[in-house]
Amino acid sequence: MALTSIREYIGVPRDLQANFNGKQLVYVSWDHHLLFAAPFLFCVPPQMSFKELVDGPLAALTQPDPDAASVDWAKVEWLKSNQPWTPDFAASLSENGIGHKDQIRFRTPGLNSLRAAA
Amino acid sequence: MDTKVTKKKLGLKEKYRFLTRDLGWEPSYHTKDEIFPYVNYEGIKVHDWDKWEDPFRLTMDAYWKYQAEKERKFYAIIDAHAQNNGHLNITDARYLSALKIFLQAISPGEYAAHKGFARAGREFPGVGTMVACQMQSIDEIRHAQTQIHAMSNYNKYYNGFHAFADQRDRIWYTSVARSFFDDSMSAGPFEFMIAIGFSFEYVLTNLLFVPFMSGAAYNGDMATVTFGFSAQSDEARHMTLGLECIKFMLEQDPANLPIVQGWIDKWFWRGFRVLGLVSTMMDYMLPKRVMSWREAWNIYGVENGSALFRDLARYGIRAPKGWDDAEKAIDHMSHQFMLGLYQWSFGTSFHSWIPCDEDMDWLSKKYPDTFDKYYRPRWDHIKKLAAAGTPFKNYGLAKLCQTCQLPVVFTEPDDPTMSCHREAEYKGEKYHFCSDGCQDIFANEPEKYIQAWLPMPQLFQEPNNGDLAAWMDWVSLKDGLDNGDYDGSQDQQNFQQWRGMATSNQ
Repeated sequence: MALTSIREYIGVPRDLQANFNGKQLVYVSWDHHLLFAAPFLFCVPPQMSFKELVDGPLAALTQPDPDAASVDWAKVEWLKSNQPWTPDFAASLSENGIGHKDQIRFRTPGLNSLRAAA
Repeated sequence: MDTKVTKKKLGLKEKYRFLTRDLGWEPSYHTKDEIFPYVNYEGIKVHDWDKWEDPFRLTMDAYWKYQAEKERKFYAIIDAHAQNNGHLNITDARYLSALKIFLQAISPGEYAAHKGFARAGREFPGVGTMVACQMQSIDEIRHAQTQIHAMSNYNKYYNGFHAFADQRDRIWYTSVARSFFDDSMSAGPFEFMIAIGFSFEYVLTNLLFVPFMSGAAYNGDMATVTFGFSAQSDEARHMTLGLECIKFMLEQDPANLPIVQGWIDKWFWRGFRVLGLVSTMMDYMLPKRVMSWREAWNIYGVENGSALFRDLARYGIRAPKGWDDAEKAIDHMSHQFMLGLYQWSFGTSFHSWIPCDEDMDWLSKKYPDTFDKYYRPRWDHIKKLAAAGTPFKNYGLAKLCQTCQLPVVFTEPDDPTMSCHREAEYKGEKYHFCSDGCQDIFANEPEKYIQAWLPMPQLFQEPNNGDLAAWMDWVSLKDGLDNGDYDGSQDQQNFQQWRGMATSNQ
């Protein structure tokens, strides 16, 4: 049962893509870099290229981390919905298969200035 | 002419019978199902409502008398607090952040509980239950009122208190408490009783009120101590009602056990998430601290909670499913929260700050296994950024959990360096969660939680469409006054200046 109710009840999701004026939500997080308290939420057009997302808002927001300057975006390992995945930087978000409310993660092995001393 | 009749005074037992049990009647022209339409759909089977015991046997006339007396005492002290410049007697104005969070997030919860118990009192068929729920409903609205009155004096002098009602509805961090109450109020009457009467009042309230009220006492806040005392004397009755309800359900029919256990699992976890705000308050926001969150958890969570679940084991109840994950989170949650509150402080109607060296030393002493290893390096770096004139602000906004609505600041239970990523798809839409506990709650009733009003995605929809300044107006947040770092704030300046006037000749 999808809901304990007195009769059949159909809920309406509040965050449908149609509510975002042509944009979509994308969540991005940097593994093991918890200076940033939670994954970032971006509200961007699906036509935006992956490169624009990375060079624009993502690079700007990750800048306060001491590792930010050393990130080589060509060598970053990516995950989408927690599965390994390779983006096409030149292609748009939708061409990359990044849907509304998708979670992207990236890993930068070797870069861990603020990570716990083991 | 009237004949004088000698009135016999009623004995306590008689009075209780007349004023509670005898208020019920057998309906004649409607069926019981028509009068109590919400009492069956949750699947709880009840064979005899008269088995509901009310150990307090409190009647309305005695209730009014007690409460009126408490009100008189309460308002006398609140008056004295205002007349004696109580707003200057606190340890430090940093303390007020804890109060602001309480007023914006918790006091409206008292009001919600009032509505919920008024409804439960109407929906349960048993008279003993109806009367007990009505009294608790009146208690809860009294708590909301006395809290608002107690804090109104601070509103005359400090920022961040002025729009708690708007902020309850619109700002982001209050939605964790709001959604907790909305979730319970949109459930059936039995689940509501487990949510508020049992999980919140019985399992978790000690972790909320005891540290908060002793924190107030430690920090010179007489107004809050007073409403704490005035409310705390009702809590014994509330806790009893919750425990009574759970025992009643379990004794009425063995088929009730799995339903009740499911609710305990759910509401323990939801309550635990609300307590995240309390952990931060205890470890970071009280200038003079009572005990650490870890110490409070050991006493009120581990000791009292384990005793309770041992007691309920004879009914077949086990400890809540999220119990072990909760234990693993205790040494991390306050730090994870405070880091979030600090970096998003442009959007909070209270101040946060970088803990000073002395505070950090206290934290490493209280959290020897986690603070220095995981959290001090981050604060040290944040301190460096502030010293360089580029204070850390995270304008990225945050991914929120679809169930508890908190920013996903939590890590994997077994890896404190890895953010906890959980997602699920329902009817073609993606949903994200902060933990297995919250994902399980969603999976049980997805049709309910897809409707969640998540404040951060909402910021990008109508009416604010991603405009942060418009959003601040919309949540009644005065930029530069209510929000940001405590260091350099108007609250800090005023407190120092006024306190200086009160204690020196400058």
